[in-house]
Amino acid sequence: MPLELIKEKWSNKIDVVTIGATKAEGGTRSKAIKVGGETGLPYLLEESEMPHKPVIAMEIFDVAPDDWPDTLKDPYGEVLNNPLEWAMKCENEFKADLLTIRLSGIHPDAQNRSEEDTVKLINEITAKVKLPLIILGCGDDAKDNLILPRCAEITKGERCLIGDAVQKNYKTIVAACLAYGHSIIAESPIDINIAKQLNILISEMGLPQERIVINPTVGALGYGMEYAYSIMERARIAAFGGDKMLSQPFICFVGQEAWRAKEAKAKISEFPEWGNEKERGILWEAVTASAFLQAGADILIMRHPKAIEIVKKHIEELIKN
Amino acid sequence: MFIVGELINGMYKNVRQALETKDKKIIQDIAKKQTEAGASALDVNCGPASRNPKDDIKWMVEAIQEVVDTPLCMDSTKTDVIEAGLSTAKNKTIINSTGADKEKLDILVPMALKYKSSLIGLAMNKKGVPQDKFQRLELAATIVTYCQENNFPVSNLYLDPIVLPVNVAQAQAQEVLGALHEFKLLSDPAPKTIVGLSNVSQGAPDRSLINRTFLVMAQCAGLDGAILDPLDKNLMDALITAELILNKQIYCDSFLDAYKKK
Repeated sequence: MPLELIKEKWSNKIDVVTIGATKAEGGTRSKAIKVGGETGLPYLLEESEMPHKPVIAMEIFDVAPDDWPDTLKDPYGEVLNNPLEWAMKCENEFKADLLTIRLSGIHPDAQNRSEEDTVKLINEITAKVKLPLIILGCGDDAKDNLILPRCAEITKGERCLIGDAVQKNYKTIVAACLAYGHSIIAESPIDINIAKQLNILISEMGLPQERIVINPTVGALGYGMEYAYSIMERARIAAFGGDKMLSQPFICFVGQEAWRAKEAKAKISEFPEWGNEKERGILWEAVTASAFLQAGADILIMRHPKAIEIVKKHIEELIKN
Repeated sequence: MFIVGELINGMYKNVRQALETKDKKIIQDIAKKQTEAGASALDVNCGPASRNPKDDIKWMVEAIQEVVDTPLCMDSTKTDVIEAGLSTAKNKTIINSTGADKEKLDILVPMALKYKSSLIGLAMNKKGVPQDKFQRLELAATIVTYCQENNFPVSNLYLDPIVLPVNVAQAQAQEVLGALHEFKLLSDPAPKTIVGLSNVSQGAPDRSLINRTFLVMAQCAGLDGAILDPLDKNLMDALITAELILNKQIYCDSFLDAYKKK
C-alpha cells in the first residue's frame, strides 16, 4: 500500500495586508505588495496555499548608522550618509521589494532630528523612490507620537506600513493610520499573549484586521531564535484553528538582530577559527532569515544585499517545490 | 466549542406566535442575537404544536437565511420535516437527530450524505434512554459502525450521550461525563461529541447555574459542542473561560472579547 500523507485542513487563514498604492489606487507607488493569505503552515504546499510569497524590505536610516561593521557598510559606501541616495540605491541597484525608513535620528538621545527635517526627508524619498514604504519611529514614545502622525499625513494615500505600536503606546499611531489610510505594525516582546492583546486593542479602535502586521520580535541565530520561532509557530497554529486576533502576517526584523551578533561582526583577526567575517556576517543574516521563513514570516527586514539575494533565491526554491 | 443556539424552537412562546402569525421579524431577531452572542449554528424546531411542520420549517429556514449565514440545525423527530429544512437551506446544515435504531439510520445517514450535512447521533433507541455509561457506549458504537459501513465521515458525526435532568436522575450526570470521554475512543478520527445542555436543569430552579457548572465539567471531559442558550452571558463566559483553562484558546487579558471576535 502506498504511504498516504495525512493532510491538515484548517478553518481559518491569515489576513492579506496590502502595502503601497499605485496611481490607480490613489497613491504614487510603482506597485502594491500583498502579504499573507496563507491557508496552512509554511511551505506545506500539498495541503495549503501561500497566495503571496514572503517579501524582503531593505532598510535605510535617516542618519548614518554608527554600529555597522565594514562588511555591511561596504556595499553601500558613501550613500550611508545620504538617506535619499541610499533609498534610490536600494530601488535601482539592489531591486528591493519594499523600502523601510527607520527614523532612528529623531530619538532625543541620538541626533534629536526635528519634525521639519523628517518631513522634508520623507517628502523627498516619496517623490524620488517609488517602492512601497515602511516607516519606523525611534522607540521614544513622545517623539514617535509627534513625528509618526506627521509622516502618516504627508504620505496620505500611499498605503504605508507604520510602526511600531506597542501595548503602552499605540493609540496615536493607530489614529494616524486610521486617518490617512495606512497599516500598522503591532510589536510585542516575544510574547504571544501580548501580541493577541495588542491586536484586540488596535482593532477595538476601528482599524480593520487586514491593516495590522504582527512584529513578534525575533532573535538572531544563537540569540533566542528558537524561542521566537516557537512563539510564531504557536500563533500560526492558533490562527489557523480560528483565532482571528492572531491571524495577521508577521514582519521580522532579521537584519537588525543578525548584525548585532558578535558572530556576525567580529573580525577574523579576533577569532581566526571563525573564518572570514565577510562571508560569516552575510551567512548569519541569511540563516536567521531562512529560519523565520519556516516559522511563517511574511515580511523580512534585511540589511546586506548579498544576504537578501541568497534568501530571495531560497524563497523561490521553497515556493517552487 | 461548537455552539448551537437553542432559542428558535416552537416550544418557546414567542416562536410559536411567530409561526402562527407568520411574523418573520421575531425569528430573524432571535437568529441575529444568537449569532452575535457566539452561536456557531442555530437549532430550528417548529415545536409540537405546529400543524404543518414541513411548511413551517421551510418558512423559518428562509426567514433566518435572509439575515444570517449561520449553519442551521434541522431539529425534528420526523425525517420528512428534517428533509424539508435541508432542501431549503443554503448554508451548512446539521441533522438533529438520529438514534441508534436501524430504521432511522437507514433514512437519515443517506439523507446527511445527500445534503452534505453533519449529523447528531443520540445514544438512545426505541427502547428508551440508556441508564449507564456502558449502554451509552454500546448505542454510540452502533451509530459509528453504521456510519463507517455507509461511508459517512465520522468526523461529521456528533454523538450525544443524552443528558437527563439532575433533579430526577441525579446519578446520570456522571455516566454522561464518563461516556463523553469514551466516545472519543470509538474511532480514529474520533467522532465529535455534543450535549443538549439545558436538559440537565429541567424543572429545577437556578437553571443557569446548573447549566454552566455542568457545561464546564463536560468541557473537561472533552465535549466538542453544546446546544444551549447563547444569550445566557454567565454561561457563555464560563464556557470561554473553561476553553482558556483547557489551553484551547491563547490567553490575553481581554480573553472574553477575543473569543467573540472569532
